[in-house]
Amino acid sequence: MFDVIGALMPVVLIEVATFRHASAFKLLLAVATCMGAEGMFQAMRGRRATLGDGSALLTGLILGLSFPANTAWHIVFVASLVAIGLGKMAYGGLGQNIFNPAMVGRAFAIVAFPAALGAAAYVPAVDGVTMATPLSAFKAEGMVAPLTLLFAGIGESAYGTSSALASVVGGLYLCFRRAASWEIPASMIGTAALFALVIQLLGVSGGWTVLHELSGGALVFGAFFIATDPVSSPLTPRGKWIFGAGIGALVIVIRKLTGYPEGVMFAVLIMNAVVPLINRWTIPTPLGGPMPVRTA
Amino acid sequence: MALGGCVMIAALTASLSLRPFAGGVHPPERKHFAEDMPIEVLPTPALLTVPLHQHAGAPCVSKLKLRQEVKWGEVIADAEAFVSAPIHAPVNGIAQIGGVTTLPNGRHVKTAPIKSGPTQVDPAELKQTLLGGPWPFADIGAIDPAAIVAKCRAGGLVGEGGAAFPTHVKLARNEKRPVDTLLVNGCECEPYLTSDYRLMLEAPGAIVAGALLAARACGATRVVMAIEDNKPHAIDVVRPVAAEHGATVAVAPTKYPMGGEKQLIPTVLGRVVPNGGLPLDVGVVVINVGTATALAAAALRDRPLTHRVVSVTGAGIAQPKNILAPIGASIADLIKFCGGLKPDTARVIAGGPMMGFALNSLDVPVTKGTSGIVALTREDVRRSEETSCVRCGRCVDVCPLRLVPTKIALASRHRDWETARAYHLRVCCECGCCAYVCPASIPLVQLIRMGKAIGKDV
Repeated sequence: MFDVIGALMPVVLIEVATFRHASAFKLLLAVATCMGAEGMFQAMRGRRATLGDGSALLTGLILGLSFPANTAWHIVFVASLVAIGLGKMAYGGLGQNIFNPAMVGRAFAIVAFPAALGAAAYVPAVDGVTMATPLSAFKAEGMVAPLTLLFAGIGESAYGTSSALASVVGGLYLCFRRAASWEIPASMIGTAALFALVIQLLGVSGGWTVLHELSGGALVFGAFFIATDPVSSPLTPRGKWIFGAGIGALVIVIRKLTGYPEGVMFAVLIMNAVVPLINRWTIPTPLGGPMPVRTA
Repeated sequence: MALGGCVMIAALTASLSLRPFAGGVHPPERKHFAEDMPIEVLPTPALLTVPLHQHAGAPCVSKLKLRQEVKWGEVIADAEAFVSAPIHAPVNGIAQIGGVTTLPNGRHVKTAPIKSGPTQVDPAELKQTLLGGPWPFADIGAIDPAAIVAKCRAGGLVGEGGAAFPTHVKLARNEKRPVDTLLVNGCECEPYLTSDYRLMLEAPGAIVAGALLAARACGATRVVMAIEDNKPHAIDVVRPVAAEHGATVAVAPTKYPMGGEKQLIPTVLGRVVPNGGLPLDVGVVVINVGTATALAAAALRDRPLTHRVVSVTGAGIAQPKNILAPIGASIADLIKFCGGLKPDTARVIAGGPMMGFALNSLDVPVTKGTSGIVALTREDVRRSEETSCVRCGRCVDVCPLRLVPTKIALASRHRDWETARAYHLRVCCECGCCAYVCPASIPLVQLIRMGKAIGKDV
């Protein structure tokens, strides 16, 4: 848990450096609300406080990073409450939830406050880089953002800043520490790249190349930090490959075929729902084969 | 020439670095406590409580009458069943009233207590008889295989590695399943334990003689001694003796549980033993180095299995030792011989820390399967509170049998036998790698063990 929090620091630093106090306030609010909610719900259930395990802190951090810097405080607050309350505690707390809690909170906010979280809500940040997110700008006006800016994540996007560069740095550390399974980011990014490549080769990409698709939005951030949540992802390596591939494919499908500029959140939630099935499909055959059925 | 050299170098590298099985863990080895302590003979205890069921298979029935005088090596209990092994008097003495004891694994068994008599075999002579050379290697090739199997049965031999499977059952030839390789298991992958290591250093002749006898009995044409690469001295000592008699040494990478048959056979020979089957099914018989020495003594000197080497070790033991102890000696006697327990001892384990059983009493007898006694201190036994499974999958990564331990363990806890079966509960070898790595401190292997015990028809 604390490895993941540490690995998030490059992303957090780039975001705070770009958006200053607005971003710092949003992140602190999300973390404080998530931790407060966890403490409160545990007390209501008459259970021991579990704040020390760092999981509420992590949910708050990921949720906070998934909102633009200037999101109204009450939206962040409500999303945090829902993330912990509905996304985690309703299932019985740590380890019991089916869906990624941070994504549950964010999905709730997107549905509850559609106007506030649409592309129109984006205002110039302190040092004013862009108006809308590169993904929504492309979707609405076909404007292709410069790739280097996109990859470094200095611009604004649907998910905080989601610097792909910082995500890769932190994510590789996570995989190296084995705090996240490398199979999920590998298959998710690989599949998304494959789908984007097909679209590019079909000549319908409008100048938005595979690299744009990978660097823009939350794809890399989501691959390393959201999809790898162990609780809501499959157990076995084979299951993880299927899970990651499903998310990667869905992200591109949602980006290209729906009204949403970004698809990571819905892709993760949809695949979360399939995890119990994936687990059942991918029970590994033991070394030496299954035990023969005993005939009495 | 150049090509031949390349092939030779390739063959050499291949023999030096075997690829280990997938999964497994590297627990701290902690062998330093007792690895340099030569095997000592335990002074004969006043009373020996000999359990009548020390092996896999049918229990034995005592043949003793009250106050009957017995001599070292005399049969005191036997069973009709094929899968069973007779039990012999470990000392000269007088039979007492039979009782019941609870073995470390929780099994309640009948006992044949023997009060030791005033005259016993001299310790040095005992060690020489059971382990010392020279051994008549030249004669082994002429012995009738069936006679060797008969001596195993008569000598009460069982596997000394832990499972205590009767050796004569393992070695009996089966025309349908011919054996080509005899593997001697000198891995001793459990942390702390050093009894097999000391045997390899002090009795390589007995081990090789036993291995050749076993190979002759089961019809194996190749004898391979497998030793982990963390025991270079043992490799140096065993290799020349083995080479002299046509056996080879395979150096296995150090990894727990390399000493498990289902890990060792794939690593050394590249063959996978089917679940529910035996190494025999892939043409292999595996015997432990302790069993090999017992086989040499039984077949060549007519000495049955009455003593075995037990490591008494760990930070909680005043003077760790490797002890040649009579079967039936109380674990308390062994610990006393090692200067007793240190005051900060928190737990005493029969067997190694990974697969052994914590004792609730030291008044438990040594059996043919007792490989060691490990005393852990408060510092070693760090008890951490169990938290929820977050499905991190570490247990899946380390399971050497490719199981999903968390699913089996939690299904066992909830008596969900359908799920436990779907995830292959019965395949588990209880090596404990899963519980060792679990970041949530869930007692995975203990839950699985419980599931196997109470979910009988799963």
